[in-house]
Amino acid sequence: MGILTDRDRAAVTDELAKLAGPVRLLVFGQQLGPGAEYSVETERLVREVAECSDKVSVEVFNLHIDREQAERYAIDRTPAIVVEGERDYGIRFFGIPAGYEFTNLIDAMQVVASGEPKLSPETLERVRGLTTPIHIQVFTTPT
Amino acid sequence: MRLAHHLAVASDAIRGDCVEATEFPDLAQRYSVMAVPKTVVNETLSFEGALPEGQFVEQVLRAASGDGGGT
Repeated sequence: MGILTDRDRAAVTDELAKLAGPVRLLVFGQQLGPGAEYSVETERLVREVAECSDKVSVEVFNLHIDREQAERYAIDRTPAIVVEGERDYGIRFFGIPAGYEFTNLIDAMQVVASGEPKLSPETLERVRGLTTPIHIQVFTTPT
Repeated sequence: MRLAHHLAVASDAIRGDCVEATEFPDLAQRYSVMAVPKTVVNETLSFEGALPEGQFVEQVLRAASGDGGGT
């Protein structure tokens, strides 16, 4: 029994058919300690999503063993998902992307696949040439 | 959340994290997350609720300019 229902799968397959290019989902988890069950669930969910499109690949890392990768992607807690397109654009999910966040995961996959953010010309102009590092953290809940 | 991710694609200087608050109570406590969505920019600026694109970008750029108001 999967996490996604048949109906979910059909909807995800439709959405991912629109992917303009390849997407890599890098999952960082841990097998021991508090929250380990969240890592297991996240990996299962990501794998089920990846099964819906040939363009999506999954790599799973252990935060404590694959330290080089964790450092490279600046991951310090689990479960974490890096949504990468042609390159790493800086998109991360911490925690199981369930409920409304699941929609955002699919949206993030679409935007990294195209490399073309859906933002107004004014916004694109304003952030162009930005050099100060900006870290945006958006806290959400599954419902 | 969508905006943070699209901004991350638009600019190499921007990273967008979606954090599930109930799974990371330490972070939720650190940033006094009482309601969601709550957005924290560069540890210094935060706001609650979903803002329209123009206002969201305004807040993000305020943090970039070092203006830590608006908490």
